[in-house]
This record gives sequence, C-alpha cells and structure tokens, in this order.
Amino acid sequence: MTDLTELTISGIRDGLSKKAFTATELTQAYLANMEKARALNAYVFETPEKALAMAAESDKRVAAGEARALEGVPLGIKDLFCTEGIHSQAGSHILDGFKPPYESTVTANLWAAGAIMLGKLNMDEFAMGSSNETSYYGPVVNPWRSEGSNAKLVPGGSSGGSAAAVSARLCAGATATDTGGSIRQPAAFTGTVGIKPTYGRCSRWGVVAFASSLDQAGPIARDVRDAAILMKSMASVDAKDTTSVDIAVPDYEKAIGQSVRGLKIGIPKEYRVDGMPPEIERLWQAGRDWLREAGADLVDITLPHTKYALPAYYIVAPAEASSNLARYDGVRYGLRVPGDDIVSMYEETRAAGFGKEVKRRILIGTYVLSAGYYDAYYLRAQKVRTLIKRDFETVFADGVDAILTPATPSAAFGLEAMATASPIEMYLNDIFTVTVNMAGLPGIAVPAGLTGDGLPLGLQLIGRPFDEEMLFRTAHVIEQAAGRFQPKQWW
Amino acid sequence: MNAPTMKSKLIRGATGDWEVVVGMEVHAQVMSKAKLFSGASTEFGGAPNSHVSLVDAAMPGMLPVINEECVAQAIRTGLGLNAKINLKSRFDRKNYFYPDLPQGYQISQYQEPIVGEGEVTVELGDGDTVTVGIERLHLEQDAGKSIHDQHPTMSFVDLNRSGVALMEIVSRPDIRSSEEARAFLSKVRSILRYLGTSDADMEKGNLRADVNVSVRRPGEGLGTRCEIKNVNSIKFVGQAIEHEARRQIAVIEEGGRIDQETRLFDPAKGETRSMRSKEEAHDYRYFPDPDLLPLEVDAAFVDKLKGELPELPDAKKARFVAGLGLSAYDASVLVAEKETADYFEAVAEKRDAKLAANWVINELAGRLNKEGKSIEESPVSADRLGAILDLIQDGTISGKIAKDVFEIVWKEGGEPADIVEARGLKQVTDTGAIEKVVDEIIAANPEKVAQAVAKPTMIGWFVGQVMKSSGGKANPQAVNELLKKKLGIPD
Repeated sequence: MTDLTELTISGIRDGLSKKAFTATELTQAYLANMEKARALNAYVFETPEKALAMAAESDKRVAAGEARALEGVPLGIKDLFCTEGIHSQAGSHILDGFKPPYESTVTANLWAAGAIMLGKLNMDEFAMGSSNETSYYGPVVNPWRSEGSNAKLVPGGSSGGSAAAVSARLCAGATATDTGGSIRQPAAFTGTVGIKPTYGRCSRWGVVAFASSLDQAGPIARDVRDAAILMKSMASVDAKDTTSVDIAVPDYEKAIGQSVRGLKIGIPKEYRVDGMPPEIERLWQAGRDWLREAGADLVDITLPHTKYALPAYYIVAPAEASSNLARYDGVRYGLRVPGDDIVSMYEETRAAGFGKEVKRRILIGTYVLSAGYYDAYYLRAQKVRTLIKRDFETVFADGVDAILTPATPSAAFGLEAMATASPIEMYLNDIFTVTVNMAGLPGIAVPAGLTGDGLPLGLQLIGRPFDEEMLFRTAHVIEQAAGRFQPKQWW
Repeated sequence: MNAPTMKSKLIRGATGDWEVVVGMEVHAQVMSKAKLFSGASTEFGGAPNSHVSLVDAAMPGMLPVINEECVAQAIRTGLGLNAKINLKSRFDRKNYFYPDLPQGYQISQYQEPIVGEGEVTVELGDGDTVTVGIERLHLEQDAGKSIHDQHPTMSFVDLNRSGVALMEIVSRPDIRSSEEARAFLSKVRSILRYLGTSDADMEKGNLRADVNVSVRRPGEGLGTRCEIKNVNSIKFVGQAIEHEARRQIAVIEEGGRIDQETRLFDPAKGETRSMRSKEEAHDYRYFPDPDLLPLEVDAAFVDKLKGELPELPDAKKARFVAGLGLSAYDASVLVAEKETADYFEAVAEKRDAKLAANWVINELAGRLNKEGKSIEESPVSADRLGAILDLIQDGTISGKIAKDVFEIVWKEGGEPADIVEARGLKQVTDTGAIEKVVDEIIAANPEKVAQAVAKPTMIGWFVGQVMKSSGGKANPQAVNELLKKKLGIPD
C-alpha cells in the first residue's frame, strides 16, 4: 500500500469511496506520523482514541454509502478552537487545564461533515506572534530546512503548528486563524496553502478571541483544492456570532480549474517595499507572468494607505486584545496563583499566566485606549482602517478581480533569530498581510517557489468581500505553474 | 425648565440662601425573560449561579447576541419619556476588573445611546409641576454579586445577575430640591411600571439611582458636584440630597472647596461619606465592542411599538379629570401607581366615578396604609367594592352601613349583597316604619321640637336620634323629609 498520508483530501475522498483503504487505516497512518514527528512540536495535545472512534464511525458511514463531505479526513485543530472536553488553551499557561464544555462552531461543522480529529495544534500564545515562539508549549519547528543546514527554522505564526503539521504530513488539513497574517504567513513559510476568508464568513463562536474585529478562521491545506474543500465545511452563518454574515456558502471546489482569461489582476505598487529581497521580487514577477500567460490582464494599481496599515493594526489589535484577555483573571477557570487579596491574586495570576509578547500587547492596548490617548491612537487607527478599506473598494470598483502580492517579505528565519531584535522587526512579517484583515477581505497564500537555499515562498491573492471563489480560481493557476512543495523528511 | 427657583426651595445657610442643583442617573432592570446578551433566565431569587450561561460566565470564545426584547423595552421606555429614539446606536465596552464582572468589561452604550433627549413632567405636593429634561437612556449589562459573609477568608460570587439588562436613564441637572428629586424618581418609576418595561422594584434592587448634587448661590453658575452612588429608595434619595447639600454649603461657607468625588449614602446615619475622589476614578477605557455590530432599528418598528404603548399616567390623569370629572388632586393620587389606577377604573366602570374615587382614595387606601398592604394585596377586590357602591347607589344601604359592609368584606370576605341580606343591614325605606319612630321621638322631646321650629338646623339632632334608634338602617333622606313635614319646617 502507498503511504496514505501522501494523499490530498480529494485523494482521500476518492480512495475511501473506492474502498481502497479505510478511514481507520488512514487515521492510524497519521497517528504513526505524529508519533515520529514529536521533534517538530506541532501538536500540543493528541487525541488518538477520539480519532480512532471517529474513524470507525466514518468507516460505517462509508460502508453504508452515507459518506459526508469530509468523511474520514483526519484534521489537526489549532489550540485556539474550543473543543468539547478536550485541552483548549490557546497556547497559554493561563488556560491551564481548561477543557471547555462546548465545541466551536467551526469544528462542530467539520465533525458534522465527517472529519476526524487528530489533536490540538501548537500556536503562538493567544495567536500573538509570527514565529510560533511565544507558545507556552515551546516553539514549533519548521519541517523545512535550508539546503545543507541543520539549523532549525520557525514555521511562522501564529498558526505555526497548523502549517508545520500540514507540511510534514501530520494531518490531511488543519484549522487555523488569521488576525494579521496568522494563516497566510505560516502557509508561505511551509509551502502550504492558507486562506483567510472574508470577515464574517466563518463563525468566531468558540474560538478564543484575540482581536474580535480582525479574527477569522480558515484552513491550511496541501493544495488549493483541499483548501476549497475545507473552506466549504468550515464556513457557515451562525446565530451565535452576530458578526457572521448570512450569505450562502458556495461550492468553492467548482471554482478550481475555471479559466482566468480576461480577469483583471491588480499589482499594487505600494507592496514593493524597501529592502525586499530580490528573491521575493523575482517570485512576484513569476506570479505575474503565470497569470498573464493564463490570459489574465495585469494592471498597476495603487493602495495609497498601505504604509499606515501595520502601525494602525498594532493599535487596533492590541486594544481589542487588552479587553478580550481581561477575562483571564484566575477567578473562574484556568490558572490561579493565590494572593493576599483579590488584586494581588489578579496580579500574580496574570504575571505568571501570560507570556512576554501577550503582556506587551496588553500594555500597548491598555495604553492606546486610556483617557487622553484614545483619540490620538485608537480613533486615528480606526480612521486609517476606513481609508485602507476605501483603497480596496476603489480598486475593486475599477474592475479589478483580484490583487497579487508577495505573501511575506522573507522566507522562514531561524529559531531564536529574532530573540534580540526589536518587536517591530517581528511585526514587519505581517506587512503584506495585515491590510487584508484591516479591510475584512479574503486573502490566500499559495506556494510559488523556493529560495536559493531551498526554502518555500508564497504569493498572496486578495479578493472582493465574499469572493473566495476568485481566490481559489487564481491561486490554482499559480499552483499549476509553480508546482507543489514538500519538505524532505529529517525528523 | 430653568426658571428661577422659588424662594421656598432655597436652603438658608449661615451667609445667605443657597440653591441645590440635582441630576440623576436612574438604573432600572429591564423586564425581560432573558438577559441582554444571553439566553439565561433573569428570574429573581434562584440558587446562586443557577441562571448563568457560558456567555455570562465569560468563557473563552463566547460571544454576545443582543436580546431584541430588551431593545424593544428600551424603545418603549424612551417613548414613555417623550424622548428621541436613535435608530442607530452602538455598544461600547467599559473595562475594569472585579470578580463579579466575568468579562472584565461591562457592555454599555457610552457614545451612541439608543434613546436621546426627552422630558418628564413631575407633580409636586403643592400641585405645582416641574419639567425635568432627560439627557439619554442607554442599555447596559448588570454585574454579578460578590458575597463576603459566607467564608472566613474567601468571597463568593453569584453570577445570576451578571448580564441582566439595565436601562440607565440620565436626567439633566434640572432638579432643584429633594422634593423634586423624590417626585422625579417616583414619576420615572411610575412610567416604567405603566409601560411594563421594568418592575422598578427598589427592594429587589431593580431600580437604583446615582444622585449628582451641587450647590450654588441663586443665579450663579453650576458648582462642583458630588455623585452619591446606588441610592436604593425614594426616601433615601431625599435624605441623601438634604444631607449632601447642607454638607456642601457648610464646607463652602467655612471657606473650603468642594472636591469632585463619589460618595455613599449611609441610611443608618443619614449621611453621605466619601468613597473615592476624582483622582482615584477608574479609567474605563471605553471603546466600541467589536463583537457587536451597531444596533439598527427601523422607524416602522418604533412606530409599531408606539402604537402599542399603554396609556401613561399623564394621559390617564387628564382623562380622569376631563372625562370622569375628578379633581386634579384625586386624579394625581389615583394614577401615581398603575395598580391603583387599574383598581379605580374597575370600580368606577359604569358607576359614579367621584363616589368610586372617594372610596378608593379614602376608605381603601386608608385601610391599606394602616395594615401596610399594597393594593394588589387588598382583601376587598375591585368587584366587591363596586358591589358595595352599587348597594349605596340603589338605596339598599346608606354610606355609613357601607363602611360596615366594607369592614366585614375586608375581614371575613363574602359578597356584599349576601352580607347585607344575611345581617339585616338593608336600609329601611318603608315610611310607615320610619314614621312610627319619628312620632315616638317627637312625642318624647317636646322642648327639642320647640327649638327646631325656631331654628330649623336643629333638625339634625332629630335625624341623628331616628338613625340611632333604627340602627342606622333608616334611609336618611326619607327621615329628613318626614321630620320636616311633621315639624312643619319648610323645604
């Protein structure tokens, strides 16, 4: 038998329906891979018994001819998603021992579609980070290494566990979340496909909140088709999340293979940033060429407020986070460090429970919302946000169907390489991705090539609100041209 | 509204007259089955933490969903306060740490409340009215309750109230005396109860007031105010203002300055004391709640609610005066409590309204007061009081006997007509029987007869004697006529 973990989700679907293997065999193969890959630290909690029980159920369904959309597909779940009765700690110490009595809407949708849960995936603490080094459970190691080097690299973040697990064949696909680039940047660093859908496309109910107005769930997958298949099941309108939008979920898979002939692809001049490595510039050029060769029209566009996006993001996101994380106070669940009185209990608990980056963002957020600073920071940032949104609206109103940009300003960097750098340098990882969150638009990262020393690089496509189909369609063209990328197994 | 304060309302200090200026923030619990942002019950008196949803306990990943009934109740209240309804409003987060505030923030409406400016007409004891401006009404969440007397070293938290909807009604500083303040709060309470938007039960803490007090020389600008928090009875509001105004006057007259601060009223000592100064005030870091979209209601919905509003006290009073011929004073007394007005209307229906008003205001209210009962607890129902009045009006019993019947129904129950029948209380209208008694009394008192002939008002003595000897059952009118005839007194 071939290695079942090499199959894409569409491959699993075909194989199961042809009875080429069972969901149980497939699940066992993944569990074996997970066991061998502990060095990557991708999973923070494995659920083999649950996985095998779900696989048995899937096999029954398949046998009865009642297979559902994701029947028997083994998935990894980012630790940010609450999963009933199972470890859900958002990569944080402060949620020690937290097992929610409820299931997030997105994961509930996946289980209802027949997917199998393999475990919870590592992530930056509370999704704050771009290298997966802020996790309480230690960093995730990127399955990719530079040619001729044994140095450990970061997988990106915050969905570093999701990206590494998909890339290293530790799951067929993974859930992830993206507040400023947390799906797309790790996807780009690991040669996987990651899509952040339009704000409101996936329910946020049961997903531990970082910055409510920016957070969106989405999949990380091996290829564009798998991302489309997962997206279809993850998305839904949810009465429990009033920011979710009541628009029918299309069959995204149908967009794959559709021609891009005549489509207008915008190339924003503001994404050509100072100090961008030539490799990134070459990659972007390759993307333009592939789309042009496929019949798309390339147009130069301007998104004039792009340069304000990152600073504005680092006001809005910490502001919301400072309030969202107030509930972790040691009173009701998770970690409690005793104190002499209530104030010292709060202080001891939060001092011990939150890591450095989370504390930094709580401080920034508290500062920008405080009396006398609100107008200068938060309110201004919100105005910038409106202008960024308007930039995109103008471009789309001019007939642009999608916008092509690099996904990240660099390839994966070394573990601890940024340890002594200013936090701003780490934040610059999000420079191409945050605008999309600020505007609430969908964005996809698709692998497009390798650096000179063999590390994956990705391109990003940005679409109109709720036009994820356009992203699957255009990203698939790039995928066809660029090929697929897989790390050599060393772990 | 800003007419000069009447001399009588000024407070005399050691150095001259002072005017007190009061504004109030009234917090009323919204009458609704479920909480403002969760489906948990709002029922009073459940076991601790028995009415708590995952949202109320601020579990990770939980999201608020607005309860439309609470929105409707706020709009109804706004309409009842003759206020502008804002078709678009917004929820903000008010951030602070407290164990009975699980989210670490209260969801409130800071910048854009659902109800804007309105006004309330307030009747005072002397028959005067003043108009108090309403600045705004907004919706917000209540907090839970900390319990400090159950454990030697720990505090307990009960989240049953956490998330219950409150309306905060903010008045303009249009109030100029403790009497006006009490009357304003009574009027607001009355409007809420008529509307059915709050039970306004102060004993349960469902209506509380923060009272802002300052003093100034008549005609001068506003002085520095102090806010007296959480006053929970109308009587205490009056006492707190009286004490606080005198305290401020004494401070200023002694050459001191008023510090803006938050104070508490101690009902046992009848005084206010400092709680925290302006410098110690919280920085609540208000910002728009990113979990909730702006609240939009359409004009048609507001119109529909407007069309369904019940008759409010002012309109009811006007109808009682114009339609039923009651005095303004009687009408005011009857409409102050909705239950009293309802009771009165049931008694007055198809009967003499003035007679009904007299009975309700004097006999019934007097008797209820004596026993400390509310009108809902009255042992004499409106039907039975009505039946008593019927017996008076058709001449079956006299007004005096009616009081005896009322007393019997109060103590023993039973149908008035049966009681009159069974106890032989029927009025004697048989002239033959009365004539016999009249003749006997005239015969026995020749000197009184002579006096009555000389001074016709002396007939009253004879009426009294006849009534006495008939046990009150003789028809007083028949007795009067007969006596005049027998004594030869002209009509």
